[in-house]
Amino acid sequence: MVATQETIDKVKEVTSSYKYGFVTKLEAEKAPLGLSEEIVKFISNKKKEPKWLLDWRLKAYKKWLTMDEPNWAMVNFPKINFQDIYYYSAPKTKPKLNSLDEVDPELLKTYEKLGIPIKEQEALAGVAVDYVFDSVSVATTFREKLADEGIIFCPISEAVQNYPDLVKKYIGSVIPIGDNYYAALNSAVFTDGSFVFVPKGVKCPMELSTYFRINEQNSGQFERTLIIVEDNAYVSYLEGCTAPQRDENQLHAAVVELVAMDDAEIKYSTVQNWYPGDKDGKGGIYNFVTKRGNCLGKRSKISWTQVETGSAITWKYPSCVLKGDNSVGEFYSVAVANNAQQADTGTKMIHIGKNTKSTIISKGISAGKAQNTYRGQVQIQKNAMGSRNFTQCDSLLIGDQCGAHTVPYINQHTPSARVEHEATTSKISEDQLFYCLQRGLDSEQATSLIVNGFCKEVMKELPMEFAVEAQKLIGISLEGSVG
Amino acid sequence: MSLLEIKNAHLKLDDKNILNGVSLSVNKGEVHAIMGPNGSGKSTLSYMLAGRDGYELEEGEILLDGISLSEMEADERARSGLFLAFQYPVELPGVGGMSFLREAVNSRRKFLGEKELDHLAFVKEARKEASKMYVKDEMLKRAVNVGFSGGEKKRFEILQMAMLKPTVSILDETDSGLDVDALKIVSDGVNAQRNNDNAIVVITHYQRLLDYIVPDFVHILSDGLIIKSGGPELALEVEKNGYSGLINAA
Repeated sequence: MVATQETIDKVKEVTSSYKYGFVTKLEAEKAPLGLSEEIVKFISNKKKEPKWLLDWRLKAYKKWLTMDEPNWAMVNFPKINFQDIYYYSAPKTKPKLNSLDEVDPELLKTYEKLGIPIKEQEALAGVAVDYVFDSVSVATTFREKLADEGIIFCPISEAVQNYPDLVKKYIGSVIPIGDNYYAALNSAVFTDGSFVFVPKGVKCPMELSTYFRINEQNSGQFERTLIIVEDNAYVSYLEGCTAPQRDENQLHAAVVELVAMDDAEIKYSTVQNWYPGDKDGKGGIYNFVTKRGNCLGKRSKISWTQVETGSAITWKYPSCVLKGDNSVGEFYSVAVANNAQQADTGTKMIHIGKNTKSTIISKGISAGKAQNTYRGQVQIQKNAMGSRNFTQCDSLLIGDQCGAHTVPYINQHTPSARVEHEATTSKISEDQLFYCLQRGLDSEQATSLIVNGFCKEVMKELPMEFAVEAQKLIGISLEGSVG
Repeated sequence: MSLLEIKNAHLKLDDKNILNGVSLSVNKGEVHAIMGPNGSGKSTLSYMLAGRDGYELEEGEILLDGISLSEMEADERARSGLFLAFQYPVELPGVGGMSFLREAVNSRRKFLGEKELDHLAFVKEARKEASKMYVKDEMLKRAVNVGFSGGEKKRFEILQMAMLKPTVSILDETDSGLDVDALKIVSDGVNAQRNNDNAIVVITHYQRLLDYIVPDFVHILSDGLIIKSGGPELALEVEKNGYSGLINAA
């Protein structure tokens, strides 16, 4: 798909490199600075949570205290002071919202600036959206319509109140509290996120979407998303994110768990555009995210598609555990790193059931002084007879100061399985640029065209309206990278 | 006034003199052929005209319709109406032919102050021109030049020329890699573009192409200088005696 003229104009119109860098002036209610057992209790109390969840959080907190930060990723950053972060921040509004009209007008303005007017979206786009602002979910649209189908789509904090059995059964079932350092931290202090439940046989009639925004200074965002799709059901879920431009680094440590039963399908798409920091690497979001899907049922399918353009540091490996026989896992990724950005991203495909299949298509684009690493694990366990994996990792370099790295881990324990891995590294050649220029395209148009061509296999996996947005983003992210 | 005016062009690559004072005037409605042996500076001349990075003039001037090109980047020159059909068209993986054409055409239209074509109008126009060049729809859906045969690549170049309607077209060794049938299709395509408002400069090694695209003038380039100019008969002389005879005589 090719960037349209409109896209190019949009790119030009954005003179500063990050157009979402504004701050919304809202009164916020924060927890005291830092992290302790008291803070965990404070959050749980704020959310009026049942005791089992508080206990679960405290268990995670205690586990976290015993763990060390992972250091195997190819990223460099100063040690994070976890006591210098606010773990809870909520816009001060009326305690409970009955309709969108009661949402703080300042907040609505913010979403308009982000290009997603809640009301318009509700009316026009037919996309059901959950908005998470700092630590709380502020509005979920289209709930009633979805409820008619038996679909639950609400903030996870509400799900805890209204559907405690479902939450209790599945939270932590895919990513246990002690899975890794950041997942443990998230389990202790997660504040909000989305909850989706699609019952047997229901094909969700619209795209579900969550929009995450970090606003408050020094606050971390720890959202938690849980999606459960029962037999023969289907859902497509989109996730977008932005943050203001700040000199300090901010931490985003989310956890996303997906569960697919027999013949169920989950399509999870992300366009990640957290503030990447300035040209010299000052500021920006640390994006340390754990995402995993459990293909529990036979012939179930989970498909991750991500376009990662933002964040100072990205540490993210959306994975699939292929337990059900004949289940399918897919990972399509575009990761753009420009200037001083560092990205270490990839996936894990764990084949447990028989005849399970996985496909990994990863496109890494590096420009400026950025470092971009694909890290992926393909594991075929003993009983996964007849399983197959195909991996393709392509890297594109723009300029001569950036780097691309590919780190595949392949563990195969079944002779009847097949694993294929292909990797390429290429540069945007002067010949290609000159060819485009000679046809009247300017250098930014030309770069955008070539890069979008390079990403095409992944972009076509995105829902239409997201694909257009993603193309624009890639153009903006690479602005100025070609002289 | 000439449509294309090259005045005393000097150019060095890696400290080596490649063009040593080329001068050439091309008027509206004319077709000029520039012939020369390998290493005479033919491709350098075409890159210099198109404004490729690193091919800046050391001395001299080029005017397109009276406007100096020296300060213009390659894309500005292209939008102003200068077209280069490449000897080796470059592959653009993942970039669909139709979309690429549309971006190019709309860039040019925008420059000319014309309305950009909407998707349907564009596709209609592109298909019409493509069928003249025996370019099938299927080929327009493929990525630009990826997996194209030699002939397909050249046909796609001339299709772009037809769509962009340039004022001056430079065809760099367009005959290379073409069999007789392909050569005829490409030449017919070029000839269909000839009119009283544009001009074509054909750069070629062999006389063969000039049987199909008959030039008004032929120039012999040797060591970065035009050493002889004449009518179509000059090309036949090259065919007969080779370049060495002409070069020695000069």
